[in-house]
Amino acid sequence: MHVPTLRASAPGTRWLLILPPLLFLTIFFLIPFVFALKISFAETAARVPPFTDILTRTPEHHLQLTLSFANYKFLLTDDVYGLAYLYSLKTALFSTLICLALGFPMAYAIARASKAVQGILLIVIILPFWTSFLLRVYALESIIGDTGLINTVLLKLGLISQPLHIMRTSLAMYIGIVYSYLPFMVLPLFATLEKLDHTLLEAAADLGSPPWRAFLDVTVPLSIPGVIAGSMLVFIPAVGEFVIPSLLGGPNNLMIGRVLWDEFFGNHDWPVASAVAIAFLVLLVGPIAVYQYYNVRQLEA
Amino acid sequence: MHERRSTLAISILCLGVALLYVPILALIAYSFNASPLTNVWGGFSTVWYGELLHNRQLLKAALLSLEVAVTASTVALLLGTLAAISLVRWARFPGRLLLTGMVNAPLVMPEIITGITQLLLFVSMVQLIGWPHRGFATIVLSHVAFCTAYVTITVQSRLQGADRSLEEAAMDLGATPAQAFIDVTLPLIAPALLSSWLLSLTLSLDDLVISSFVAGPGASTLPMVIYSKVKLGVSPDVNALATVIITAVGACVIGGGYIVRRAERRRAAEMRLVNA
Repeated sequence: MHVPTLRASAPGTRWLLILPPLLFLTIFFLIPFVFALKISFAETAARVPPFTDILTRTPEHHLQLTLSFANYKFLLTDDVYGLAYLYSLKTALFSTLICLALGFPMAYAIARASKAVQGILLIVIILPFWTSFLLRVYALESIIGDTGLINTVLLKLGLISQPLHIMRTSLAMYIGIVYSYLPFMVLPLFATLEKLDHTLLEAAADLGSPPWRAFLDVTVPLSIPGVIAGSMLVFIPAVGEFVIPSLLGGPNNLMIGRVLWDEFFGNHDWPVASAVAIAFLVLLVGPIAVYQYYNVRQLEA
Repeated sequence: MHERRSTLAISILCLGVALLYVPILALIAYSFNASPLTNVWGGFSTVWYGELLHNRQLLKAALLSLEVAVTASTVALLLGTLAAISLVRWARFPGRLLLTGMVNAPLVMPEIITGITQLLLFVSMVQLIGWPHRGFATIVLSHVAFCTAYVTITVQSRLQGADRSLEEAAMDLGATPAQAFIDVTLPLIAPALLSSWLLSLTLSLDDLVISSFVAGPGASTLPMVIYSKVKLGVSPDVNALATVIITAVGACVIGGGYIVRRAERRRAAEMRLVNA
């Protein structure tokens, strides 16, 4: 950290720099959660916007606060929400594990490559991140669809006589999530594996440790920060994923993002949708805190 | 033993890279298929590209998306750079922890939550102060919020690597802090500014979920139109549109990358001269 010089830190100019982003993000990122919390205690009403005020003025000019817990009770009594949430957690967890199983060897191979090859490989991994996520998910259908590439090839080769139904199944959803989030796993893993001190591996070898032992005892423990950062970058957004279950999943693959979307756009029930969002957020606070903790620690290291 | 492990890792790397690219390449190939069915190759054709030019709904949405993306990424560039400078320069100020949290959270926050909460803010604001009505303004505001996060992270890591003593030297030689910033620091972080502006542009152009919540009934961005078409099944004109978007973005990214690398090389050469 730099020690601020007197000239550069005149308090006036300092706040001129800090305040615009601080105020903007407070108003448009943080305060929205307060409104969602407020509206989750309201009731639906046939008006614009479609919910009741929780704060009203009585005829005697007293402010009156009406909190309705009906939305939260509804979440607890209707199985759909709890099941969707558990199903999302399960899907995100397995997707994260598959990404880790694929991403670790990928990051390891990149970290081991020569500098020139490394640069090219990193660009190859990052490039899909720059192309449209929505279009990439859509592109999968031309591969795994009933008339897609895989089925066409397998039918031509005579290996199958009926096309495999992959689209609108949980398998399609897993393929979609792994396909979309793999770069988020590879990059943080690469960052930690690249920094790995090779003299430690040599020391382990000198002390008689076979390469697989050295890998397990040195490489794996030292890559834990990357494993956690990568896993959180895959897990947290995957829990709330909407586009992938909507385009690739079947009617049974009800993830919480899709339930929230339907509640909002299908049923027009804004208060229940707010309650789902708030409950969802509360359950995500733990993983997000873990991510922030490791993130800050890595930035300071 | 060691060799075998590397071979395994390299095979998985090749598999992973194939997984990332085959769908995009297949999509591009199908966009030139004369037949509307994906499994039948009806010969090479650009018929679907011609159809794009006559689709008013798509063109209108594309224009709105471009306007939103340029506005939002420019504002985000400004706000994110200010945030990055503040975070790197001052180790302690009231609200620092809050700012750090607010620039990191959007990276992992599920979009569906951000979208619904921002919509609720906008409708409540309209009730209280009569602004902003759903449409262009609300889409831009919500995109600025998440783009600012990406800009801050990118510029912040660049600033941390920059040599602060150069700016101090400039001030010792009589430059005002503003002059020193413009003449010394700004050229140093210029590559990060360009790449974070481009990243914001692509993220904004691609956003479906947040836009769907905050856009309101009147406005539709390009991803919203694409999504509703795709929901109905594979449509060959979307393949053509996707090819156009991927090519355009690819050209921008490669062009931008080239400019950044050239600037880096020139800077490295200058530094060698200075140190020689």
